[in-house]
Amino acid sequence: MDPVTLDARNLLCPMPVIRMQDTVRKLQPGDVIKVVCTDPGVLHDIPAWCRVHGHEVCDIDEQEYEITITVRVGPGSQTGA
Amino acid sequence: MSKQPKAVALISGGLDSLLAARVVMEQGVHVEGINFFTGFCVEGHTHALRKKDRQRPKRNNALWSAEQLGIKLHIVDIIEEYKDVVINPKHGYGSNLNPCLDCKIFMVNKAREWIDANGFDFIITGEVVGQRPMSQRKDTLPVVARDSGAGDRLVRPLCARNLPPTLPEIEGWLDRGRLYGFNGRSRKPQMALARQFGFEDYAQPAGGCCFLTDKQYAVKLADLWNTRGKRDYDFDDIMLLKVGRHLRPGTNFKLIVGREEGENRFLEGYRKRFINIIPTSHTGPLALIDGDPDADDIELAARLTARFSQGRDAGRVTVAVKQLDGMTQTLDVIPMPSDEIPEDWYV
Ligand code: SF4
Repeated sequence: MDPVTLDARNLLCPMPVIRMQDTVRKLQPGDVIKVVCTDPGVLHDIPAWCRVHGHEVCDIDEQEYEITITVRVGPGSQTGA
Repeated sequence: MSKQPKAVALISGGLDSLLAARVVMEQGVHVEGINFFTGFCVEGHTHALRKKDRQRPKRNNALWSAEQLGIKLHIVDIIEEYKDVVINPKHGYGSNLNPCLDCKIFMVNKAREWIDANGFDFIITGEVVGQRPMSQRKDTLPVVARDSGAGDRLVRPLCARNLPPTLPEIEGWLDRGRLYGFNGRSRKPQMALARQFGFEDYAQPAGGCCFLTDKQYAVKLADLWNTRGKRDYDFDDIMLLKVGRHLRPGTNFKLIVGREEGENRFLEGYRKRFINIIPTSHTGPLALIDGDPDADDIELAARLTARFSQGRDAGRVTVAVKQLDGMTQTLDVIPMPSDEIPEDWYV
């Protein structure tokens, strides 16, 4: 399956994390999601969120104003909200 | 109950909620964290927008707490629903525009809905009797339990021994003897417990957990309500209150001026929604006009924008004014000298 792309540009943290969480909930373990962001806060927050939920950060591409983070959904089940 | 009991802990990112969750985990309960994003949370926002913050990017303390505890953290967007709490708090405001008691009731109620939907057994908060003047008094803690509908499924492990036994204690899921009886404003017992658990480098917010406790921010929000003639806001409004200099020369409009590159870039995202000004003859900030200005107001806004540009000492500065219909007008203005800007224009 092609990676799902999520546009989180111009959103400030923690909104990109929330959008990502809501998208990941609809995905299956092993699916890949690419999140495009502009708030450099995501460099910290998305990997931290992935660590607590058991998802794998595959790549972080940091351009001058845009950051794309690629994540592979982990095996754990997603509880509720 | 033969299965492992499950609890959700409200994680704010502060020390008390971290400790409360840990105390319950010590007793073999499965704990997951929940963090509510109201739009006013100090966490996250404007984070790394400004250069000085970019150099030392801040962590999200709620996520940091979850990592320390080794638990999942569910971050829930409550921006829309929370509006009613801020605009119409039944129990009033604290020292600024912080509706702490209504806020607590609202969040615990949301957590109650969450445990019902996810098959969890109870809710944990880090509240301590007497810790905060409004929401954590001996007489208000029961109000939170009652009005949220959580009742005896709400456990405050740090002060449980000062309160009637809760369902998890009655059912034997939690040993009351291993919960705590903290009370009052002292932070010493929490700091000692943190040492015992080996927590270091935890966040210690000075005021509260959100911008509504911040005097400056509350003044800006009150200004927004007063000048619009109604107590309402949308997400963009509350984001913009955190960014840039805000100058209000008249009740019909205010100017939001980016203070540096990061803020200018953020404000760029709002150019379609607001009349905006950008100097073209000199390097300078992007400024948004919020309100309903006439031609003279726009000229004044242009002079103010020029004042914050590199051309502040030049005779004239050229600016481009982009209207809402997309038309761009060029103005050649004299930058307003700083000593002519009345103090009370700064919101
Ligand atoms: S400080 Fe803000 S988030 Fe914390 S209880 Fe008060 S209103 Fe709610």
